[in-house]
Amino acid sequence: MKVWALHLAVLAGLAVAQMVLPPYHANNLARIMVLAVYAMGYNIAFGYAGLLSLGHALLFGAGMYGTGLLVHHAGLAALPALIAGTCAGAGMAALVGLLALRTAGVSFMIVTLMFAQVGFLTILYFNGFTGGDEGIALNAPQRQILGADMTQDTARFWAALALFGVALGSKLLLVQSRFGRVMLAMRENEERSRMLGFNPYVVKLKILVISGLYAGAAGAAYALLFGYFGASFASVQYSILPMLYVLMGGAGTVLGPLLGAGLMFYLVDFASSLTSAYLMVVGAALVVLVLFAPKGILGTIRERWLKWLP
Amino acid sequence: MAFGPYLLLALMEGLVKAAVLALTAVGLSLVFGVMRVVNVAHGAFFMLGAVLAWTVAQYVPGPPALAWMVAIVVAPLVVGTIAAATDTLVLKRLNYDPEATIVATIGLLYILEQAALSFFGPDARPVTAPFTLRLQLPWFGFSGYKLFVILATLLILLAVWWFMSRTKAGLVMRATQVDRQTARAFGINVDRVYAGVFALGAGLAAVAAVLLVPISQAHYLMGGDPLLLSFIVVIIGGLGSLRGTLVAALIIGLSDGVISMFWSPTLAKIIATAAVAMVLVFRPQGLFGARA
Repeated sequence: MKVWALHLAVLAGLAVAQMVLPPYHANNLARIMVLAVYAMGYNIAFGYAGLLSLGHALLFGAGMYGTGLLVHHAGLAALPALIAGTCAGAGMAALVGLLALRTAGVSFMIVTLMFAQVGFLTILYFNGFTGGDEGIALNAPQRQILGADMTQDTARFWAALALFGVALGSKLLLVQSRFGRVMLAMRENEERSRMLGFNPYVVKLKILVISGLYAGAAGAAYALLFGYFGASFASVQYSILPMLYVLMGGAGTVLGPLLGAGLMFYLVDFASSLTSAYLMVVGAALVVLVLFAPKGILGTIRERWLKWLP
Repeated sequence: MAFGPYLLLALMEGLVKAAVLALTAVGLSLVFGVMRVVNVAHGAFFMLGAVLAWTVAQYVPGPPALAWMVAIVVAPLVVGTIAAATDTLVLKRLNYDPEATIVATIGLLYILEQAALSFFGPDARPVTAPFTLRLQLPWFGFSGYKLFVILATLLILLAVWWFMSRTKAGLVMRATQVDRQTARAFGINVDRVYAGVFALGAGLAAVAAVLLVPISQAHYLMGGDPLLLSFIVVIIGGLGSLRGTLVAALIIGLSDGVISMFWSPTLAKIIATAAVAMVLVFRPQGLFGARA
């Protein structure tokens, strides 16, 4: 009960923030929520099941390009395209998982990194169709979801919040379900869970597909809400960012990705106002986190004070 | 130009690529072999070597050859020192946990690239070759410096081989690679060995970069390709094997040279990356040893 009350309060807080905050910050918040959905997907694989992937940009990109290309080239309406993009993320995750899950640990990291690199280079190679580095901008008529105009700040915020709310609720259900416990078992002791009758390969594949659903939905929503998609969103950097968010917020916590995405977003925003070297901040944050706070903010809070935090 | 000479040119260019790649990859392979650390910042060390070569060339007066000779000594030393410091300050504290070290070296990669961008700027800068000699073949001219790169690489690889298999320091490194605990029990200072290996690996990348930079250019983002290709070479060639690394570098360098001359470089990279990912998936034991 306590758990649901906390998460509903967070959603309510976000809704209030939209009314209180000036447009600039409300817009940032919309972006943060979409990125947080992406990071939640990453967290399901990394935080709960211990699958450290360096190639999630491929799944984010699949969602983004699945939606963007359908809207741009096939003239599909935004909502079906959004669903198609989400499925593209899951489908790509299944494809990658079938192959990459034959490996584990460091090999898994490198294989996922390489698959993502192949995807990124493929986007560049077919630049006539995908827009390559420059990307493609979507215009206003292409960005109407159920009559709501995504070029308007307010509509965009509510769309982001709706997506985030659905993602947060289903993640909470997922981690508290029986399958959620199996996920943790995979992370903690794979051999033992195999002994108990679970097939690690199948369980991990399911986890990766769920993770892909989240990443795909985030990518698809990003394209529609912010009206642009380009190859940089499928680059290595977009595989690293969700990892950074999750590490900072707390791996294996439900709210960690939102906290991490928000903090990192404003850290980078603040740093770019001081210096152009904002990537330095990203790099330093990675090193400091992994050295001094491997559990992240919410992970540490949970360990010390709030044991019930999911 | 007819097909034959064209292919010859592609192969010669490929050989130069293979040489630089072999040097870079041997450094990566050494670090992974001895320390079990996947160093994602290896490409950044490479980039740092090239940028330092340019910086040295700005401050050393006189003929380009002199500046180049200073660079080939100074750049690996500076890069090696940075690497050793990283090892002591960061990697050692992580107990060389494989996943944590990867995250930390990704962070290091960003820090180094950004530092290069801030101090060096976003432009690609040329470095003058130490000598200009043009070999005139019947069909085309070929830079003598490129041949020198191939030759120098062979010498350096020989030196690395001799160091690892014939000297006491090499023996200590190999002993640490086989069994860290036992090596420690025999009085080997494992911390120092690790710092040394990490510095040596980074230094080799810097040497490769100084050799390459007169043919190519120094740029703060130039580390991406060498990193990816070195990974590929190390994975195909097998862990810790100098010969395997050399053979794999030859295969990758030559095929990269040929494919990118006849088709597009992007396509060459797509094919190579996908193929290697498949190798990792289906033959992991030959790549990261028993620990796959």
